[in-house]
Amino acid sequence: MKNLFYYRDHYIRSQPSAFCPGCGGGIILNCFLRAIDDLELDKDKILAVSGIGCTAWIPSPNFKGDTLHTTHGRAIAFATGAKAFNPDLTTIVFTGDGDGAGIGGNHLIHAARRNIDLTVMLVNNMSYAMTGGQIAPTTLHGETTVTSPYGNPEFPFDITRLVRAAGATYVAKWSTYHVVELTSAIKEAIQHKRFSFIEVLSQCPTQQRRIFNLRGPLDTLSPRILDMFGESTYTRNRPEKTKYVYAVPSNGVQETFNRIEKLGEVKIVDHMSFGQVVKIMGDPDDLRPRLERLSEVKYVADKVEGKIEVGLFEKKTRPELTESLREIIKLAQETNK
Amino acid sequence: MFKTGKHLALGNIACAEGAIRAGCRFFAGYPITPASEISHHLSRELPKVGGVFMQMEDEIASIASVIGASWAGAKAMTATSGPGFDLMQENIGYAHMTETPLVVVNVQRSGPSTGQSTDPSQQDIFQAKYGAHGDYEVIAVSPWSVQEMFELAVRAFNLAETYRTPVMIMSDGLIGHIEEKLIVPDSVETVKRKKPSRKNVTPWGTDDPSGVPEMPTFGEGYDLLVTGSTHKPDGMRNFAPEYHQMIVHRIKDKILKAEPNIGDIHTEHIDDARIAVLSFGASARPSMEAVKKARETGVKAGLIRLKTIWPFPEKIIREISDQVDTIIVVEMNFGKLVREVERVTCGKTKVTSLSKVGGVLPFSREILEAIRRANQ
Repeated sequence: MKNLFYYRDHYIRSQPSAFCPGCGGGIILNCFLRAIDDLELDKDKILAVSGIGCTAWIPSPNFKGDTLHTTHGRAIAFATGAKAFNPDLTTIVFTGDGDGAGIGGNHLIHAARRNIDLTVMLVNNMSYAMTGGQIAPTTLHGETTVTSPYGNPEFPFDITRLVRAAGATYVAKWSTYHVVELTSAIKEAIQHKRFSFIEVLSQCPTQQRRIFNLRGPLDTLSPRILDMFGESTYTRNRPEKTKYVYAVPSNGVQETFNRIEKLGEVKIVDHMSFGQVVKIMGDPDDLRPRLERLSEVKYVADKVEGKIEVGLFEKKTRPELTESLREIIKLAQETNK
Repeated sequence: MFKTGKHLALGNIACAEGAIRAGCRFFAGYPITPASEISHHLSRELPKVGGVFMQMEDEIASIASVIGASWAGAKAMTATSGPGFDLMQENIGYAHMTETPLVVVNVQRSGPSTGQSTDPSQQDIFQAKYGAHGDYEVIAVSPWSVQEMFELAVRAFNLAETYRTPVMIMSDGLIGHIEEKLIVPDSVETVKRKKPSRKNVTPWGTDDPSGVPEMPTFGEGYDLLVTGSTHKPDGMRNFAPEYHQMIVHRIKDKILKAEPNIGDIHTEHIDDARIAVLSFGASARPSMEAVKKARETGVKAGLIRLKTIWPFPEKIIREISDQVDTIIVVEMNFGKLVREVERVTCGKTKVTSLSKVGGVLPFSREILEAIRRANQ
């Protein structure tokens, strides 16, 4: 395994980082660089396109290669032009949830429909982070943000399902917790010479502390959110062998923890849907009736409930756009002879 | 593609033909009246010369993909009308900031909003200059015939490539939709952007007096940093006042400095004229007729027709204004270009506005009447 200096020296434009401490952007950049290095791609033929927002700054200016830092929401449309004219460019789009699913949602579904050979990485931090943490089309219902002080009245998109329904031929979803899986997915997506899409849940200690109501020093938040991503996701088609349930507290989580400590192996964890909960290892059939009786337990959740499914969602094949465009050129030139 | 020689052609198709001969190899557009025939023709003709035609999901995506294609090395174009031109403005500003050569055709229709969707106007000429936020200078040409749709399409590409800037073809629903004689020449003169002369090129800075930097292309190993944010000559984002001043002054100055080369004016009977009719595009046609009729009755009228409306040809209009008593500005809007004429003539010459909206041309008799009134 190559060390970080190798990746820095080969692929990074030396720059002070613009990311907040603990940002997920660096992890995603790291996974991306490992993927293109593993694939031994010609760096000169890689084009990294991005829009506006924190995610747009992952490649621009950090990636020492061709970068196109565009207008808000339009990265995919810019990339479409570059790729359609020069199909030899390995074109990767970095877009955020506000950028790609909000203002640029139309371009996203149309690129999926066209099946143009772009790899789109949509980094989802569930808010408009750069502008101060406003509600995004991905913010969960009821969450507090600077533009939803009474809780978000809207519901989020499931972007992965949306893009899949729009016709994308490769769709995966991972988080910054799943660095190995994410790196493999990026490799797979780049090698899939059709439209490929990866949604990456990413931590944003700066804004998500408000969204997830997290207390504590800033430098403790990033590992906590990462653990929460690990806790709150389950991998598609890969059943988990360990057995456990979550006790959602009626009042304070510590009170619930103290009450059920003796029931077995227990710990307090952050859960994206239920906040701080107590995780109890053991057989759910046995634990559930015992927990439900307790006044300190408001609700018992199983290991899938309220969680986000990650993994590979789609991999199929159908004609790719730039190939079809080349066929059209051939056809037009033959007919013209 | 049309063969060399004489044709009966639609204005929009002549524009598409000119674009192909200028070297256009990428077109992206979205259907809109009265510009759609440009798309129709290019969807058929571009692939024959190895080019790419794309119909995008909206006008925002159209201009965005044109910019992407331009950086991938293409001479690229889009065509639209008022509502689409509105949507394109943010990315047109991006193209100015990143100094991206491209051509935007606006076959103007009557607005605001959906307005008279099939009828001509000249209402967007200030939008061409001021449409996007921020400060920049734009090049805009204004054809008055089918032949000029062809010729100015070629010129628009050459200007875009020479000055590394977006160029607007400000046509209108009348010129786009009339059928006239088109003479396709054996060959046309074309210009290509300056390619880098060395590896560590600064794509947004130059010592060249033209102020036009060399332009690398994606995929050639230049590690390009293209961004719409304020950037240093090497492309690195930096919001310091001196870098912002450096770039916006240069992208303004490179156009203004070149105005004598960009400016293109057609005049008739102007040498001894006392009354000048100034117009452009479709409204210059009845203006020309009115000037001829006025001459027949002994009135010393002349025509000034702007083939390039931006940058505004200040010097030459000022010179003409010294010699005439009145300038009548004829245009199909509430009186827009007349403000520029008033500005440069500084009240030394009488300037009147003959403006007409409603999707109809000013009649030559209305213009003739204005000439007569000025002559009294």
